[in-house]
Amino acid sequence: MTLPLTIDAITAHYGTTKVLEDLSLSLAEGELVSLLGASGCGKTTTLRLVAGFLQPTSGRITLGSKDLTRLPAHQRDIGLVFQNYALFPHLTVRENVAFGLKQRKVATAERLKRADAMLDRVGLAHLADRLPAALSGGQKQRVALARALVIEPPLLMFDEPLSNLDAKLRVDMRVEIRQLQRANGTTALYVTHDQEEAFSISDRVAIMHQGRIMQLDTPEVLYQRPANAFVANFVGFENLIPLTVSARNGALVTAQTAEGAVLELSQDQLGPIPDRFTLATRPDGLVVTTDPAASGLPATLGLRTYLGRAYQYQAKAGGLSVVANSALSQPLDAGAAVRLTPNPEQCAILQPE
Amino acid sequence: MTNRIHPVLIAFTILIYLFLLGPLIIIFGASLSDTTYLTFPPQGLSLRWFENIWEISAFRRTIVTSLQMAILGTSIALLIGIPAAYALNRYRIALPGWLSTLFVLPILVPEIVIGFSLLRSVTVQAGIPVWYALLIGHTLLVIPYVIRVVSASLASFDFSIEEAAVSLGSHPAKTFFTIVLPNIRSGVIAAFILSFITSINDVSVSLFLTGPGISTLPIQLLAHMEQFFDPTIASVSVVLMLLTIIVMIIVERTLGLAIVAK
Repeated sequence: MTLPLTIDAITAHYGTTKVLEDLSLSLAEGELVSLLGASGCGKTTTLRLVAGFLQPTSGRITLGSKDLTRLPAHQRDIGLVFQNYALFPHLTVRENVAFGLKQRKVATAERLKRADAMLDRVGLAHLADRLPAALSGGQKQRVALARALVIEPPLLMFDEPLSNLDAKLRVDMRVEIRQLQRANGTTALYVTHDQEEAFSISDRVAIMHQGRIMQLDTPEVLYQRPANAFVANFVGFENLIPLTVSARNGALVTAQTAEGAVLELSQDQLGPIPDRFTLATRPDGLVVTTDPAASGLPATLGLRTYLGRAYQYQAKAGGLSVVANSALSQPLDAGAAVRLTPNPEQCAILQPE
Repeated sequence: MTNRIHPVLIAFTILIYLFLLGPLIIIFGASLSDTTYLTFPPQGLSLRWFENIWEISAFRRTIVTSLQMAILGTSIALLIGIPAAYALNRYRIALPGWLSTLFVLPILVPEIVIGFSLLRSVTVQAGIPVWYALLIGHTLLVIPYVIRVVSASLASFDFSIEEAAVSLGSHPAKTFFTIVLPNIRSGVIAAFILSFITSINDVSVSLFLTGPGISTLPIQLLAHMEQFFDPTIASVSVVLMLLTIIVMIIVERTLGLAIVAK
């Protein structure tokens, strides 16, 4: 069973502090959507509102045709996976997994059969009689996953499920989570602060900031076509260069910075360019050249750091501070006068805000 | 390098043990004396002063009252203290800091002050019968211990497991009994034992609240001492001591004393 989730114009407060403002979000059946953002952005609050641990000030939450907004948490029928696993310490692994079925009054024999089958699916059948304290972090999270899945919820929610695991295990587990979620076709809401994690397993990602969704889209669009400066910065477009178009020649656009430096950009490569816009580039998107005749932003290099595959420079281009990577084998010294030429593959056009 | 302990340190340790245990050994010895007056070392061995406890009806009655107060008072204190400790820990962020201090106030206020103020309010002002006043006093006396010990258990309790249970369909009230309580079990048992011992040994509060015909064992012991100076005093003391020791052994065996010390 799987159902679509709709969060409609939710506003939430902690005391008098507003933590979510007019937040709307829809998940299609079987879709995995991540809420991505730094701590305090409201992603966990959103999850807790859907779970029923918090009450919204206004707005509506519906799961399929069921209105969840005022429904007590224990009647919501949502599978939840917590950051710290939240296994019941006094129950065995099997009893942990069977707990939800017990609440649903499933007969003992049937209950244990289904719990064992689910444990088998997450590869822990041999640990069924252990207590949670005897398991490793990865095993605990698998039990938590089995416990949430065995009740066959129409919606699964994950609250930073992998943050307590080490890096290697994190990658394995996220693949496993995605596979199980796909196989069951369950709608899933996934909360994380890890961009790679969110992008790798989600159908869509909502990037959140200060209680709002800044952009909700597929990982590819977010990564290549951020809609605003915040998202651009979040996905690694560290340089934001405000520009004004001074001339258009077919697809070719000539644009100027406030200080009069001229850049040539192609709409074929970057998409439509409005008259006033911001050019967002990753550090790799500014090519460092020492040729004084080259077109590009005149800049003075500052601090140099070594990344292995390239050198990274802090640079001043007029009044702007920018970061540029240069694969040049010969490092350049601080104070060197260079030109920074945009590499369109690592650039994005931001509409004026 | 040898691990030999310095002889001075050994002597010092033995002295401290003597200081702590000496009076108890003297009481124990005196209770076995065959004489009609308190003496140590005991002259002649006899258990007659232990039998004498049962022959004096006042002692029989007060042992029953003491056990009633300890068991009932502690039970009521658990019924009040566990939910209070739960709320104080569950909603710690939302609650003002002084609130938890308020609940342990009876530990900070001298017991004799509590005894007197209870006499003034419960007995004199409200006119509540002695037995009930005594029960109120004992309950109040041990609530802070319950809250302290249960809170220590709850401090390491992960409330997200409670949320996990609720999300799996368990009613919050039921969750308290099936998930929260089993995980703070050791704290609850420790609280019971600590409260029981505190209540059964209490003098200061009981002194004010006992009345005609109703008294507790330690108070009766004081009363007896005013008139007689026979080894019964010692044997009652030994009985009180044994009650405490038995309870402590149960704690030691089941949970380890570390929990009480926390």
